[in-house]
Amino acid sequence: MRNLLPVLTVVAAIIALWYGAAIMLNSTWAQDKATRAGTTLSMTELITDTWSQKKPKLPVPHQVAAEIWQTTVEKKITSKRSLIYHAGITFSSTMLGFVMGTALGIALAIGIVFNRTMDMSVMPWVIASQTIPILAIAPMIIVVLNAVGISGLLPKAMISMYLSFFPVVVGMVKGLRSPSHMQLDQMRTWHASASQTFWRLRLPSSMPYLFTSLKVAMAASLVGAIVGELPTGAVAGLGARLLAGSYYGQTIQIWSALVMAAALAAGLVSIIGLVQRLTLKRMGMA
Amino acid sequence: MNDQPVVTAENLSLTFETSDGPVHALKDVNLEVHKGDFVSFIGPSGCGKTTFLRVMADLEQQTAGTITVNGVSPEEARKSRAYGYVFQAAGLYPWRTIGGNIRLPLEIMGYDKADQDQRVKRVLELVDLAGFEKKFPWQLSGGMQQRASIARALAFDADILLMDEPFGALDEIVRDHLNEQLLSLWDKTHKTICFVTHSIPEAVYLSTKIVVMSPRPGRITDVIDSPLPRERPLEIRDTPEFIEIAHRVRDGLRAGHGDD
Repeated sequence: MRNLLPVLTVVAAIIALWYGAAIMLNSTWAQDKATRAGTTLSMTELITDTWSQKKPKLPVPHQVAAEIWQTTVEKKITSKRSLIYHAGITFSSTMLGFVMGTALGIALAIGIVFNRTMDMSVMPWVIASQTIPILAIAPMIIVVLNAVGISGLLPKAMISMYLSFFPVVVGMVKGLRSPSHMQLDQMRTWHASASQTFWRLRLPSSMPYLFTSLKVAMAASLVGAIVGELPTGAVAGLGARLLAGSYYGQTIQIWSALVMAAALAAGLVSIIGLVQRLTLKRMGMA
Repeated sequence: MNDQPVVTAENLSLTFETSDGPVHALKDVNLEVHKGDFVSFIGPSGCGKTTFLRVMADLEQQTAGTITVNGVSPEEARKSRAYGYVFQAAGLYPWRTIGGNIRLPLEIMGYDKADQDQRVKRVLELVDLAGFEKKFPWQLSGGMQQRASIARALAFDADILLMDEPFGALDEIVRDHLNEQLLSLWDKTHKTICFVTHSIPEAVYLSTKIVVMSPRPGRITDVIDSPLPRERPLEIRDTPEFIEIAHRVRDGLRAGHGDD
């Protein structure tokens, strides 16, 4: 609770800046309207206008909050206009992609740690895979998978997986290699097999690295899911809301989808953080 | 029976190839360790005492000469789990209890559950840690952790105990206490112990045989068979015999350093 005050101070500063920026950015449009109507605006009128436009360049926090309220609490979840409905769609492909990415990442890391050939051959490709802009490759994944009859959740989850396996591979390779020489020598003196060393030493030692990777992977997975929703024709999901919003200049809708995405990411990452704290505390590693 | 050699090294050499040229960690080392001996290896850093222990344990391989442990190669001895190795740090797993840590080698070696329980109990009593089975390593002091790691090395049926400066990181008072306990443990278990140290009093107090080594190249400069009795109270360190042996060890160490 002691760090509540600094956090609130920063939040207050950001909101103040935000309102100020909204006045600056939206005032041109307010002045244009006034000129066309042949009136002049007082300072108060100008500020009121910039904070309540229908399609402002920068919507103010209370407009975004009102939009979120209308599209979450006041809409049925089944409605296509419900932000919760869209967030749910993004959430499901985020989770599926996250699980697939984590599994792939761990499997690759095990291969890299135990097999010298894989260490030499796979790692460069893993790194190369992340240098390709996801925006370029996402439509191709969608199109190719569609051509072989796979559509819906899976193609989007594949894009999430593509982004989220990377931090898991890197973290787990480091984690599985984290036992000291002494600990590995110790296993050797007991004539322990590779699998015994893996389950009893390498895997438990890698836990702090795994959780850190999972946090990054979860955030990346959400980005992947949103990017995956863009080329699907903006049917559903937070990505679709962003795209539809930008088609029609609905800045308030864009911002509310952004805030929702951020809240979703924060929620998911903090759940991992909680599991991390509990697990590492139980393991005596926190 | 008492004269049967447990470890025999003949002209043992080990050279590490480094970018600065070869480093002779061990050169023409000849040594016999007999069953029930308590052998200390003493010398300055770089004299190869730890390397020699690691060759015995098959953690390093010699580049020339021969060595047998229990009559077979170190590799076979390791695979038949002929020795317990105690490292400089206790190296207990934080996610396992003390009991769980001692159980670790037993699980790996496939002892059945009932046998594991009984062995854990026995070795914990042996190192004076009865009642600490359910505690976690962080709840124990450094000295207690090191005792737990000795218990772990004693839990399975190895009759050789290799110890690499096990008390090096502990303070003098704890160290004295552990040395005393180690002697009584050695007396109770009849194990053969090879012990690396760089403390002269520790080496003289514990050993039946003191191997003095010197660096560049790592070699044995003196082997002293201690005339001290098996029964050794801490006060023995003030007797003339003890001081005389300590002198001889110091002379050996100084002689090895002559070329510096």
